[in-house]
Amino acid sequence: MKTRDLAYIALFAAIVAVLGTLPAINVGPVPITAQTLGVMLAGSVLGARRGFLAVLLFLVLVAVGLPLLASGAGGLAPFAGASAGYLFSWPLAAAVIGWLTERTWDRYNVALGMLANVLGGIVVIYAVGVPVLKVVAGLPWETALWSGAAVFVPGDLVKAFAAAAIADVVRRSYPVIERPRRAVDTR
Amino acid sequence: MTLALYVPRSSVVHRMHAGVKLLGLAVLAVLLFALPTLTAAGAALAGVLAVGLLLARLPVAVLARQARAVRWWLLALLVVHALTTDVRTGAHVSLRLLTLVLAAAVVTATTRVNAMVAVVEWLCAPLRLVGVRPARVGLAITMALRFIPVLIERADRIRAAQAARGGSPRGLRALRTTIAPLLVQVLQMAHDVSEALDARGADDVPPPRRRRSPTLETP
Repeated sequence: MKTRDLAYIALFAAIVAVLGTLPAINVGPVPITAQTLGVMLAGSVLGARRGFLAVLLFLVLVAVGLPLLASGAGGLAPFAGASAGYLFSWPLAAAVIGWLTERTWDRYNVALGMLANVLGGIVVIYAVGVPVLKVVAGLPWETALWSGAAVFVPGDLVKAFAAAAIADVVRRSYPVIERPRRAVDTR
Repeated sequence: MTLALYVPRSSVVHRMHAGVKLLGLAVLAVLLFALPTLTAAGAALAGVLAVGLLLARLPVAVLARQARAVRWWLLALLVVHALTTDVRTGAHVSLRLLTLVLAAAVVTATTRVNAMVAVVEWLCAPLRLVGVRPARVGLAITMALRFIPVLIERADRIRAAQAARGGSPRGLRALRTTIAPLLVQVLQMAHDVSEALDARGADDVPPPRRRRSPTLETP
């Protein structure tokens, strides 16, 4: 891995961290934060591999004791908390978004990007987060789904759109994902 | 900007090796689930508080802050278990969680970030087998720590500039006129940093073996 890739990974880990300084809205055990916007951006700007590593690096920073989660939580405590499943799902979400973005890179637009962000940033996150919330907090499925997913979906859709719109501009002015170029026909 | 949860004190707990503290935390977690009784959880909580407050002399506020972060979860656990099983189980499960959270907070507050990073690098050592180089992990962590204040500063500067021009664009316009260009700017900055690092020998590729004599070859 080149130093440039390391720098991009570090940058997006820092971006997810800075988005955590925006005020979070508390709605029950899992807060609404801007940090999933950073997760979506990491995937859709850096691609699968680097996006995954960027979010993983962010989680390492949290684990070593920096108060980088929204609401100033940090250290090892959040990884034992109600929203631990969401945290663990973030790198996976960035990877899925990145993979989908790479697949559609040649004809990327806001709509396709938003689709990728919804699949990776909403479906994947809740597929991991809600069962963990249910088991660890001992909630019934209905309550877990309601307090752990449904209340976030409107905000998540806005974030998915925002991330796609930003990624679209970045793709046109400073593309970071590189697709192997097709061989030029020289006949 | 204070970035760390570290609370400087001169204590046995602070001087203990970071790896030992992390191992202790893992052992405590296993024990708490292996001995599922209210008494065990209560004793563990008392132990954690004794280590944190008496031995490490941490301010109560440091631990209270972490406890506050999980208060909704604790409450939910207690209520749900009181309704489905009984209050005693609810008290036990939430006490166990509180203990683990506070123990993690004690480790975090008594260990410098540098020491934790060193443990992370050490833990990464087996990953050498799959091509991960621990020093590169350390480099990425260091860069991310440096980028955080830089990003905050850049965002503040843009905010101030927009305020000076009479307000900032909102909604979709802000995405395209402010946030995306900011992102491009910082991507370029990251690229520049990586080139500067490479120029100073941080390059991924190990330097080629030197020839026997450094004299120029004649064609």
